[in-house]
Amino acid sequence: MQVRTGILLAAAVVLAGCGNIEPWVKPYERQALADPIMSFDPNPVSTAYIDHVFDAREGARGANGTAGGGCGCN
Amino acid sequence: MKKAWGVELPARASVSWLGLVLALVLLPAASFAGVLADDRADALYHRYEGGGVTIHGPSVLVRKKFAEKYAISANYYQDMVTSASIDVEVSGASEYHEERDQWSLGAEYLRGKTTYSLGYTNSKENDYQAETTTFGISQDLFGDLTTITMGFSRGKDVVRRRDTITDRIDPNFKEPIDRWSYRVGVSQILTKALISSLQLEVITDEGFLNNPYRSYRFVNPSNNQLFSLAPEQYPRTRTSNAIALNARYYLPYRAAVHGGYRFFTDTWGIGANTFEAGYTHPWRQWTFDVGYRFYSQNNADFYSDLFERRDEQNFLARDKELSTFKSQALSLGATYEFVPNGWRFIKKGTLNFYYDRIQFDYDDFRDARYSMLPAADPNFRPAGSEPLYSFGANVFQLFVSVWF
Amino acid sequence: MTSRLNSWMRGAALAGALAVTTMVSSSVGANASMAPAFTLPSRSGDTVSLAQLKGKVVMLNFWASWCGPCRQEMPLLDQMHKRYSALGFTLVGVNVDANSKDAEQWLSKTPVSFPVLFDRESKVSKLYDVSAMPSTVFIDRQGNVRDVHRGYKTGDEGEYLNQIRALLKE
Repeated sequence: MQVRTGILLAAAVVLAGCGNIEPWVKPYERQALADPIMSFDPNPVSTAYIDHVFDAREGARGANGTAGGGCGCN
Repeated sequence: MKKAWGVELPARASVSWLGLVLALVLLPAASFAGVLADDRADALYHRYEGGGVTIHGPSVLVRKKFAEKYAISANYYQDMVTSASIDVEVSGASEYHEERDQWSLGAEYLRGKTTYSLGYTNSKENDYQAETTTFGISQDLFGDLTTITMGFSRGKDVVRRRDTITDRIDPNFKEPIDRWSYRVGVSQILTKALISSLQLEVITDEGFLNNPYRSYRFVNPSNNQLFSLAPEQYPRTRTSNAIALNARYYLPYRAAVHGGYRFFTDTWGIGANTFEAGYTHPWRQWTFDVGYRFYSQNNADFYSDLFERRDEQNFLARDKELSTFKSQALSLGATYEFVPNGWRFIKKGTLNFYYDRIQFDYDDFRDARYSMLPAADPNFRPAGSEPLYSFGANVFQLFVSVWF
Repeated sequence: MTSRLNSWMRGAALAGALAVTTMVSSSVGANASMAPAFTLPSRSGDTVSLAQLKGKVVMLNFWASWCGPCRQEMPLLDQMHKRYSALGFTLVGVNVDANSKDAEQWLSKTPVSFPVLFDRESKVSKLYDVSAMPSTVFIDRQGNVRDVHRGYKTGDEGEYLNQIRALLKE
C-alpha cells in the first residue's frame, strides 16, 4: 500500500516535470495517424457487442477498453 | 469506512488512487485543447448462432456534443435469447426464451487536455438485474503523443431464479453481487505511422457468482457409467487482473495492420492468453477488414467435468466457461461509405457488415449427452469417457452509422 | 502517530507534485520578433516569398486536408480575406499535406480566394515551430510576428478579427 502510493506519486511528479519533452511527431506530421483506418475503435457499438460475445463465453475479462457490466448471460 | 484527509471513503477506494486522480484534476488547463469525438448515431442488428443458442437484437447509439465542451451519449441494447444449449439439455430442461434489455447513459466534460466522463448502465432480464456506474479521466500529455486514461466502475447485480417447472420467479431467492473495477491505460504515438496502447484492469466480484440453474456432475453412486447432478458451489469472491498491449501500424500504400495480446489471471486459478491480429484495407468508398483471434485458458481450481462423488470439495463447478479450452475466431468486415460528399446535415455515413466465425474446442469439458443415451444405444459412452465438446458459432453484425 | 506523519508526508508530496505541475506551462507568449523568411510554391504555379508581402498585414494559416478544425475554419478565413484584402491585409494558407493532391481535391470542393502555398516537406512548419493544427500566425506590416493562435474552436474567428483590425490600424 505504501509502495503503491510512493510509485504513483513518483509517477505524478515525473509526468509533471516531463512536460518539456518535445513531441517527436509534430502536429503537421499526423496525416497517417489522423486517417480513420488508424483509429483503435472506429465503431463503438460493434466493439462493445463483439467484446460482450467473448466475455460471456470465456473466463477472461477486462483490459479491452469497454467498461463491462453484469449480465445473467449463461 | 476508511478516512483520508477527513473524507470518508468506501473501504475499497484506495487513497493512492484518489491522490493521483486529484493530481490530474488540478493540472492547469493548457492553452491548446483536446477534442471530443464527433457527433454520431449508429443502429446495429446483431445475431449469434451457435451451440444450440440463438441470440439476436438491436443496439442503438447516439452521441452529441455541445460547445466543444460537453458530450452526452445514450445506448439501448437488447438480446433476444432462444437457448437449447448443451447445459440446458444436460440439465434436462427444455429450450427457453429470454429477453435482456440494457440501456446506458454517458456524459463527458472536456477542459483543456482533460476529459472527465461519467456513465451509467442498467441491464434487466426476468431473473437478473445489473447496474453499473463508471467514472473516467483521460489526459493528453507530451504534445498529444500520450493519452493516459483511468477509470473506476462500481456494479451492483441482483441474481434471481426462475422455477423451471412453474416458470415463476422464486420469491425466496434474491442474491446480490458487488463489483469493483479499476482501469488504467496509456495510449502512445510511437512514430508517424505507429500507435500503441497498454491497458490494465483489476476487477473484483463479491456475492453469488454462479449460475443458479447450473449443476455439476458426479459419478452416480449406483451406476458408475452414469452421472448425477447437484447444484454448483462457488467461492463468494473473485479478483481478476488483465493486462493488454495493442498496436496499429500504417502501411505506406494506405492500409493498416494491427495486433494485440492480453494476459489474464484470477484468484480462481484461471490463466488466459488472447492474441489478435488484423488488416484493414480501404478501396475507393469501401473498407475491408480481416482479423484472427486466438484465445486459450486453463481451468479454474474448482472446476471438473465429472467429480468422483457429491460434495467432493468445498467448491465445485462445471461451467464450460471455467474449463480448459481454446477458441479461434476469424472475422471479415466490409464498410461502404454511402454519402462521400455528405448530404444535408449528414457529414459522413457508412453501411457496415461484419461476420465472425468462432470455434470453441474444450479440453476438459465433455459432451455429457452421450452418457444420457440408453445403454444399448451404439453411441452411448460412459460418464467421463464421452467425447470432448466443441462447437462453432456464426456471428453477424449489420449496422448503419451517420456522423452529423 | 506514524500514520499521521504518513498522511502529512503524502499531502506534502502531492502538493509538491502539483506545484511542479503548475510550473510546466505552455509557452503561449507572443514572440515580438522577425517572422522567419521563406519561399514556397503556390497553388497557382508560381512561388511566393514572405518578403514580397512586407507592408501588408499577413495572417499565415497552417492547415491540412486531414485536419477537421482546419477544414472547419477555412470558409471563415476566406470571408476575412475578401473583406480586408483591400485595406492592406492578406491571408496566406500554408498547406502541410505530404501529398498536395489531397489538398487540391478538397479545395476544388471548397474553393478559397486567398493564396495557398504547399509546404510538402514541412520546412516552413519547422521554421515557425508549428505546435498545433491549425496554427495561425499574425505578422504586422514590418514583418514581425505579433501573435500565434493555436488550434481552432467555434468562436475563435472573433479573436482573429480583433487581431486583424488592431494590426491594420497601425
